Amino acid sequence: MSHHIVEVNDLRYNYPDGTEAINGLSFTIKHGESVALVGANGAGKSTLLLHLNGSLAPSSGSVRIGEYPLTPETLNSVRRTVGMVFQDPDDQLFMPTVRDDVAFGPLNLGLPVNEVDEKVITALQTVDALHLKNRPPYRLSGGEKRAVAIATVLAMSPDILVMDEPTANLDPKTRRTLIRLLSSFTHTKIIATHDLDMALELCHRTIVIHRGRITADGLTSDIFSNDQLLLESHLERPLSMQGCPICNRKKPK
Amino acid sequence: MHMADALLSPAVGGTFWLVTGGVFTYSSKRVQHEIDSRKIPLMGVIGAFIFAAQMINFTIPGTGSSGHIGGGMILAILLGPYAGFLTLASILTIQSLFFADGGLLALGGNIFNLGFFPCFIAYPLVYKRITNKRTSPKSITAASILSVILALQFGALFVVLQTVFSGVTELPFKSFILVMQPIHLIIGLIEGLVTAAVVNFIFKAEPEILQVADPLQQNDSKRSFGKVILLFACIALFAGGGLSWFASQNPDGLEWSIAKITGKKELPPPEQGIHSSLAKLQEKTTLWPNYHFNEPGIYDNAQTPKASPLSALKTGTLLSGIIGAGLTLLSIIGIVLLLRMSKPITS
Amino acid sequence: MAKIHHAFFDVSYFETLAGQNTPVHLVDPRAKVLTTLLFILMVVSFDKYAISGLLPFFVFPAVMITIGDLPLSYLLKKLFLVAPFAFFIGIFNPFLDKQTVLQFGAFAITGGWISFTSILLRFTLTVGAALILIATTGFREICLALEKFKIPRIFVLQLLFLYRYIFILIEEASRLVRARRLRTFNGRGMTIHVASSLIGHLLLRTINRARRIHLAMLCRGFDGEIRLMRDLKIQKGDYLFAGGWLLAFLIMRFIDIPALFGDLVMGLYP
Ligand SMILES: Nc1ncnc2c1ncn2[C@@H]1O[C@H](COP(=O)(O)OP(=O)(O)O)[C@@H](O)[C@H]1O
Ligand SMILES: [Mg+2]
Repeated sequence: MSHHIVEVNDLRYNYPDGTEAINGLSFTIKHGESVALVGANGAGKSTLLLHLNGSLAPSSGSVRIGEYPLTPETLNSVRRTVGMVFQDPDDQLFMPTVRDDVAFGPLNLGLPVNEVDEKVITALQTVDALHLKNRPPYRLSGGEKRAVAIATVLAMSPDILVMDEPTANLDPKTRRTLIRLLSSFTHTKIIATHDLDMALELCHRTIVIHRGRITADGLTSDIFSNDQLLLESHLERPLSMQGCPICNRKKPK
Repeated sequence: MHMADALLSPAVGGTFWLVTGGVFTYSSKRVQHEIDSRKIPLMGVIGAFIFAAQMINFTIPGTGSSGHIGGGMILAILLGPYAGFLTLASILTIQSLFFADGGLLALGGNIFNLGFFPCFIAYPLVYKRITNKRTSPKSITAASILSVILALQFGALFVVLQTVFSGVTELPFKSFILVMQPIHLIIGLIEGLVTAAVVNFIFKAEPEILQVADPLQQNDSKRSFGKVILLFACIALFAGGGLSWFASQNPDGLEWSIAKITGKKELPPPEQGIHSSLAKLQEKTTLWPNYHFNEPGIYDNAQTPKASPLSALKTGTLLSGIIGAGLTLLSIIGIVLLLRMSKPITS
Repeated sequence: MAKIHHAFFDVSYFETLAGQNTPVHLVDPRAKVLTTLLFILMVVSFDKYAISGLLPFFVFPAVMITIGDLPLSYLLKKLFLVAPFAFFIGIFNPFLDKQTVLQFGAFAITGGWISFTSILLRFTLTVGAALILIATTGFREICLALEKFKIPRIFVLQLLFLYRYIFILIEEASRLVRARRLRTFNGRGMTIHVASSLIGHLLLRTINRARRIHLAMLCRGFDGEIRLMRDLKIQKGDYLFAGGWLLAFLIMRFIDIPALFGDLVMGLYP
């Protein structure tokens, strides 16, 4: 097995309308790493993520997941390996009940019904949402939706979790619960986010993207203390690394 | 202009269930065979869109009232005739279940009236003809307005026909149609304008959406669609034939509408109308054998065929009728009370 | 707009009602769908002057509402909301059919009034039955039943998808409408032009959403076929439910129960 689980090589992508969303990106991610992707709105984070499981095909360059280069032939196995949590859980929860939704993937894998049921229960238990099993998705709160969306992906037993702004629109308590949940996962994680505090907590490594290019790639703590870099990438230090607004003194580490 | 169960006879309702069922099954096959799996979520979400878009209302120029879009034509344009028809069918199904719009028996007729004409008549014969030659904002506008008007005219006509053939109401064909058609001309014009504007909006923003929608442009020659139209024309004929056959089984409604159409001013005396027609009815095999069901003793003259429960009331047994009705309702209340009492106390 | 927005809340209220656990709710959806269809068919098969013959049929909604723990006043309110169409078409009957059929001293009751009353009764029964079906069964279950009845899969999926996204799109539309209202005064700015561009925007967003959903489906192995967990199990009780009601409907359809009652009473006191 390859040491690198994700390998992106000189990736470029233009949307059909000509927008150059990604302009030559290269990076590799190792097994078990947690990587934050940060960058301003429109930097190209979501577009990049969509390449990682073949939802978009690169205009040029290549993506390699585990042993497979991403091609139409390997698409199915890549999609099993890479679990994608979308930004808007309403796009991801399209079935009539939570149970149907979590079962959707495993059923597509051709598993027998009793095995599917087991997977559904385990996945829901992991995100602490078993009690929501028979609810329709539109009857869930934002945090519950997010948890169930993660369960739908976990039920496919992926090796890599790819998440697009998982903490967007969550209240502080729900956000905290989610962060705790994510930190308990042993998967390789790639998280696109504006929530730099979460990135600091969950990811040892951060990749900064600006206008479709990587402007920095390194230890999260290093990157978030480089004010010049953050400014150029339209970002700001996470709150926990800023001075206290009242006494203007930094939190002792 | 949803038909309601209460105004329909089972024969007319059933006929249109059959006709719609045929078109429906064919459309389902066609959509299932389209390889484009994108259509599955697209149809669903666009169906929901039609509901949501009805919240966005607008003032109708020249009047104080406001209108909203109907949707049949937009669906045909965005999804193509088959998927459009199915999507409209799903919208009407949900309306009949949740909003009590129309009804379950009337559903067949409603899907036919509101879905068949825009998808299989107006779309291929008007909209496609005009926009295939040249797709431009102007041609889209003209095509949308004309096709919406045409579809609505047909739809309104069929509402009238279904109502009249059902014979539950006394509405005369001529005056009903004289009200329905002009009203729907105006509605059609306005809806056409809105449809045109929305389609043009999409045409300007993402024209490829309109091309993806149309299965006719992909490997489906015009000739085969011609065949489909022919097939559907046959179905429509069958529907018409079925209607008149059923109507002849139920001459009550037909005689009377024919009398109206031929311009005889006065109704035939109902007594005579009902009785003579029921006599005829007896000679034939009847759809509902119960017309002959007769309880000896209820009527003072057992020879009189049961024209209606009225005859029971008419003939001196009025009191018995009223008491009977009262007792029936009382027993229902009794049953309810019993159920209430026997129900285990919850909560 | 108010109507649709209310309807939206209704849909979720119906979902709550359908989530109950009464004996009626536990009956297999297929049995309930079938029974409801039979009921409607029986009711509309009466001739147009039927009044007393329809009365016994009220036993079905009465029993279902009682056992199913449904809020009667709410259902009635829904019924009245949609009554106008049947009412306005039916109300012509009294003016067109003026044959006197009953005479109470100075009062004459015409055939038109009788058939009008009959229309209202039918309306109440048929619409009521549909509302009761949805309030005791739930939409997903009805769809599963339809699939068992061999309704094409693509249509069942269509219904489920539509139902799933109604809530979200109505929310989106009401945000648009609210934003417009904040900037319009006295109904100005509600022109067809403005409305069309709002609808166009909503449509574009909808289509983009459909694309994202499709992506999400592909990510979880979607291959053009949607597999549902079917958990319908038909039991003896379900046959009993459908069979029992069918028998009751047939009896009520072919035996004029009010007339029997009337005769009985009149026979006792000649
Ligand atoms: N469907 C699309 N069509 C055209 N351009 C798009 C589309 N989606 C995104 N873009 C553009 O691509 C760029 C990157 O977008 P995105 O990947 O969504 O950024 P991020 O997720 O970092 O906010 C932006 O300039 C955006 O406007
Ligand atoms: Mg993004």
